[in-house]
Amino acid sequence: MSVPAVELVGITKRFGDVTANDGVDLAVERGEVHAVVGENGAGKSTLMSILYGLHPPDAGHVLRAGTRLRLRSPADAIAHGLGMVHQRFRLFPGLSVAENVVLGAEPMRRGVLDRAAARRSVADLAERYGLDVDPGARIGDLPVGTRQRVEILKALYRRAEVLILDEPTAVLTPGEAAGLFRMVRELAAEGVSVLLVTHKLDEVLAAGDRVTVLRGGRVTGRFPTAGTSADDLVRAMIGRSLATAPTTAKKPPATTGALPTAKKPPATTGVPPTAKKPPAIAGGAPYRLEVRDLRVRDRDGVAAVGGVSFSVRPGEIVGIAGVAGSGQRELVDVMTGLRRAHSGTVLLDGRPVGGARDRRVAYVPGDRAGRATAPDMSLADNLLMGDQRGFLLGPGRVRGRAAALVERFSIRAASVRAPIAQLSGGNAQKAVLARELSRDTPVLVVEEPTQGVDVGAQEQIHALLAAARDAGRAVLLQSSELSELRALADRVLVMFEGRLTADLPVAEATDERLGAAMTGATGVRRPAGESTE
Amino acid sequence: MTTFLAAVLTATAPVVLAALGGLLCSVSGVFNMALEGQLLWGAFTAVLFSHLTGSAWLGVAGAVLCTTLYALLLSVPAVTFRADPVVVAVGTNLLALGLTAFLMRQIFGSGGTFSSPELAGLPTLAALGLDAPVAGSQSPLVPVAFLLVAAAAWWLGHARSGLRLRGIGQHAEAAESIGLRVPLYRHAAVLGAGALCGLGGAQLALGNVTLFSEGMSAGRGWVAVVAVMLAGSRPWLGLAACLLFGAAEALGFRLQGLGLPQQAADAAPYLITLLALVVVAAARRKEAPV
Repeated sequence: MSVPAVELVGITKRFGDVTANDGVDLAVERGEVHAVVGENGAGKSTLMSILYGLHPPDAGHVLRAGTRLRLRSPADAIAHGLGMVHQRFRLFPGLSVAENVVLGAEPMRRGVLDRAAARRSVADLAERYGLDVDPGARIGDLPVGTRQRVEILKALYRRAEVLILDEPTAVLTPGEAAGLFRMVRELAAEGVSVLLVTHKLDEVLAAGDRVTVLRGGRVTGRFPTAGTSADDLVRAMIGRSLATAPTTAKKPPATTGALPTAKKPPATTGVPPTAKKPPAIAGGAPYRLEVRDLRVRDRDGVAAVGGVSFSVRPGEIVGIAGVAGSGQRELVDVMTGLRRAHSGTVLLDGRPVGGARDRRVAYVPGDRAGRATAPDMSLADNLLMGDQRGFLLGPGRVRGRAAALVERFSIRAASVRAPIAQLSGGNAQKAVLARELSRDTPVLVVEEPTQGVDVGAQEQIHALLAAARDAGRAVLLQSSELSELRALADRVLVMFEGRLTADLPVAEATDERLGAAMTGATGVRRPAGESTE
Repeated sequence: MTTFLAAVLTATAPVVLAALGGLLCSVSGVFNMALEGQLLWGAFTAVLFSHLTGSAWLGVAGAVLCTTLYALLLSVPAVTFRADPVVVAVGTNLLALGLTAFLMRQIFGSGGTFSSPELAGLPTLAALGLDAPVAGSQSPLVPVAFLLVAAAAWWLGHARSGLRLRGIGQHAEAAESIGLRVPLYRHAAVLGAGALCGLGGAQLALGNVTLFSEGMSAGRGWVAVVAVMLAGSRPWLGLAACLLFGAAEALGFRLQGLGLPQQAADAAPYLITLLALVVVAAARRKEAPV
């Protein structure tokens, strides 16, 4: 048997009382795509940080092609042929692609930067590995998928033979993700070893050769992907089997609301969204939420939302998909009254939405630390916000209320008085949901409800959203996880460049159709930056 | 006209030197608001060393050295200990004001203004045999200031360390992840700004005039901060902003000769600076993406 390209032996790492890694062994062969999976907090990121020299391990060591390494910094790791693409890209937005790639290892000529050589070697690398990138483009102007390619180029330029990809598809469309995996296979064929850190099991099984599962800092499973099912992985990840699609069983039949205005762009698929209209409980009810020809402009007068119309009935979840920055944010901002529309109307139970945070709308923002919570304030205070009445709060009443919500929504927290920032992603999100759901609003707007949330909490959150729907609320669910939309939504709308390019009943919302609509492949399409008028 | 242009250059030079220092810090990702105090400290130490040694050039060297050391008061807390640079800068500015006034009384035995025939000022270019219409009346530090702007512009674009400094300012974490030692570059930028402020202070106290008076930096460091905010990371734009200020100061001086009250003349450069800030901010707002 050959010597592994890289091997982690007995890695243990503690942060205070928390043991993030506990005697982890992991070996990656040359040219292998090795997936590392586990829930949030399972220790994946810590393990990769140790491999990349960001943290020293408390015990254990790293072998590279059989030789023991001392990794004191990323520079050491780079010098030994390790490269890492972080989940949040580490690129310089104001610099060019070539500058980003060579920075730190610049080609020099007579003591001066050799810009021509930099561009040339970046172009050569891009060509060799089939990565389509313009070396002269400014990073800030590039879409996310391209930026990721720049990150990979950066590692390859430094002669990385072991490439760590941390949650690489979190920011990509399905099409871009497929492209990434083709690239990964190509790199592996060239002899590069790839460590793929992810929590998306279908990706693991599709792109990986072998899988190592972490749970609570320990290895709980090693599988070859051939012959392994997602269920095997889940069992190793959470120590039990997940009830699959927790909400579909009790879900009423999908309802489809005909779009009330004539401005509707044609649906992607040629299947009219109104083709079948099942007699659902919600079918005959009036719309709770109606959006008519909504247009939102950003400061430059460019259309962020360019004429969007749809409606949501009580007891219906409508999903919104789309590549980040397609106007979803602006649309949601108008729904919640946080931004004013340029034209068009949003009606709640027939009356226009008014002012910031209309009390008839519950809103679970995607930006948990920035918008949904005040991170430094206590859990109790965060649970109260937006719902305080009267002049005095009364600390006893506040804590009592908080305790009740913590109990009802099974939020795990050391104390309601501790800052909410100390909670795990899943528990913080449950707290936000608890606050928003505790008010009886007709409309619930949710953005990315399970981003950065562990699998167990995801299940609970999905159940909460389904319960809100069953209680007759109109739910608008914006998510970049297509599987989440499919599990929960009755209909899926797709936004592209500020317009709706698809409106599909969930049964027809396949990856291919959604992916096509997300890139504007069919339907109404306008060049980016064009003004509405 | 030539005397007016000469006055503009004289007024601009100290501000340009301070602004260039601030700009390097800004490029490296440290907001340097300590320029005012460092200019004042530079002016004081220039006069002190000139007086002690009888040589203007040793005065300049002393100012550069002392102000670089003074900049440690900003760089160590702000870079090493990650204190808020704005808060630290406010402290060092106040310290400079008090310390120069105190040391002045201790060393020169009087407050207010210190001037003495033994105090050597910088020679003019004309005295060095380089006579030219506008430049002749300037001290050698004036052309040095403008050359340093050109050097910085070139360096940021073409030198390895310049590129790295820009990268560090844009995304420090990214720079760290490719193995750059971010604090090292930031210390260098802040200390370099100190050296430039030392040079600026020396020009102020030994070039523009030959004396030290309490608080003689008179807001020039603040104008330099504004120039940095206007210029972003583009040295030439910073120079333009400083020239605007210099022109306003020279013009105010002129108008004073024509009967404008002195207070109005003194206020003119700051009013112009404020105006420029508002105009540029408004223009930026228009072009900024949401």
